[in-house]
Amino acid sequence: MAAVKIVVDVMLKPEILDPQGQAVSNALPSLGFAPASSLRIGKHVELELEASDEQAALEQAEKMAETLLANPVIEDYTVRLA
Amino acid sequence: MTPRIGVVTFPGSLDDRDAQRAVRLAGAEPVALWHGDASLHGVDAVVLPGGFSYGDYLRCGAIARFAAVMGTIVEQAANGLPVLGICNGFQVLCESHLLPGALTRNQHLHFINRDQRLRIESTSTVWTSEYAEGQDIVVPVKNGEGCYVADEKTLDELEASGRVVARYVGGNPNGSSRDIAGIANAAGNVVGLMPHPEHAIEDLTGPGTDGLTFFTSVLKRLVDA
Repeated sequence: MAAVKIVVDVMLKPEILDPQGQAVSNALPSLGFAPASSLRIGKHVELELEASDEQAALEQAEKMAETLLANPVIEDYTVRLA
Repeated sequence: MTPRIGVVTFPGSLDDRDAQRAVRLAGAEPVALWHGDASLHGVDAVVLPGGFSYGDYLRCGAIARFAAVMGTIVEQAANGLPVLGICNGFQVLCESHLLPGALTRNQHLHFINRDQRLRIESTSTVWTSEYAEGQDIVVPVKNGEGCYVADEKTLDELEASGRVVARYVGGNPNGSSRDIAGIANAAGNVVGLMPHPEHAIEDLTGPGTDGLTFFTSVLKRLVDA
């Protein structure tokens, strides 16, 4: 068994409106920045799993992402080694 | 025997007492259920109340879905147990896959708290059978993440099968797809509603008594059964 570090990134699907991202985007010009043509906010999850190997850890994390970390109805996710 | 209607308390539930009170004023016996207790203690129906279960961590309702009591509710809902999810309870029902779609951040980002006009679109659910179809009611709405979303196919299916239970009238408070305020499962025993009927059960404490009919509807069904 080894500790495997994994990163899960969760983003709202492109077709789902991200009002939080829009609000942040709208705040940029007031700070003197050029407006962003797109700004979307997601979640970044860092996991450390005990597993027999990296592949097993990735499979576990994939299941976690699918059932809890992301809601596949509104969100996409990616799972990768840290 | 007086029907017994359970109201689940999760850590962070806010409206469990109001829901119990609505159950009592409708004429049923409220039963407090605890998130960590898998037993429903023989209740005839269940209300999942509003609030911020588990602090809305990760996503609203995402952690509550894994509470011990939810395992039993999901199982019993498949056997016809009437379940009403209000606000956070609606979010829990979506996260539990008892209802399709999801609830996301209000389009304008503001937390909305106001009396809201709704149109009852379906009276074929156990929670709305005593309303008249097309009846307008006024109940409070108060949410930050009440924007109902689902893919177009799911929305079309909900509309075609009469599973849109209530729609916002006179202004959509959160940007919900097709002004949807509440939906039902195919069997009509599970209903999710973003506004709060349990806050409109007495003239003294709410905008009227329009909300009480959700509770008297299920009560009538249970008594007749």
